[in-house]
Amino acid sequence: MNALDQVDHGLLRALAEDATQSAAVLGRRFGLSQPAAWRRIQRLEKAGIIRGRRLDLDPEKLGFGVTVFLGVKLATKGRVSLDDFERAVTAIPEVQMVVHVLGLYDYRLRVVARDLADFERVLRRRIMTLPGVGDVEANVLLSEERRPGPI
Amino acid sequence: MLDGLDRRLLRHMQDDPTLSVPELADRAGMTAARAARRLEKLRESGILRGVRADIDWRALGYEVEVSLRFTLDKTQRNAFDEFIAAAREVPEVIEIQTFLGKVDVRLNVLARDMAHYQHLYRSRILTLPHISDIESLMDVARLKSQDRLPI
Repeated sequence: MNALDQVDHGLLRALAEDATQSAAVLGRRFGLSQPAAWRRIQRLEKAGIIRGRRLDLDPEKLGFGVTVFLGVKLATKGRVSLDDFERAVTAIPEVQMVVHVLGLYDYRLRVVARDLADFERVLRRRIMTLPGVGDVEANVLLSEERRPGPI
Repeated sequence: MLDGLDRRLLRHMQDDPTLSVPELADRAGMTAARAARRLEKLRESGILRGVRADIDWRALGYEVEVSLRFTLDKTQRNAFDEFIAAAREVPEVIEIQTFLGKVDVRLNVLARDMAHYQHLYRSRILTLPHISDIESLMDVARLKSQDRLPI
């Protein structure tokens, strides 16, 4: 794909903020015709730069009062244990995110729970019983901010 | 408070945020008018915050993503506020989170490659105020992403 220009960056920023805006609305904002705006958005999608759409819900208002980040170290390593661990951990509904990392830990998990008691239940019954799990460090999320990034 | 139908709507929307209201209504087993009214209420109450485009930074040439965990010097008043305000000025910072636990603040930082990361780390990260300790974890692979809530 050819290099992106300022208008593409503007479109990406606008869609990351609100992906329900129509090509007509975005076109007016960036001085493009509706078809021209539509073609640019299509191009960003085809190139995989826009991977998809994501629903933004307020977890607290839905009763998920606690978000915890866990750093997990595996006790046993090797291809088989990684596969077993990954399969089991990604299947837990309360685990929203699993990232394989290099550094102090092997995996970074994001876990939602209704409250601390519910989190303790998830931790004891679901996380600590995962195959191969070793040290776990927990940090409770207090605030979070997503930034637009380098566009 | 949410009832079963609201939850059903949100579950289907989570599965595919690009669905039109009539398609969504069809899947959730209600009329389009009823679905539209419920969605409006979910928006008004702030539960449904919006639909956002998900940007693939790799496709934009950002090959490296690092999770930086900071301990701040809490003897300094305003350490958190000043650190966060300075972090917001770095375009490559895409997430800012504060925690209760061993880690005070976590930043997710993008870079084009390791050389670019090294440059950012020295010129933009180490220069942030009130740092007492830093740990870095490099993302290898995302096995599950943080979109879904177990509604």
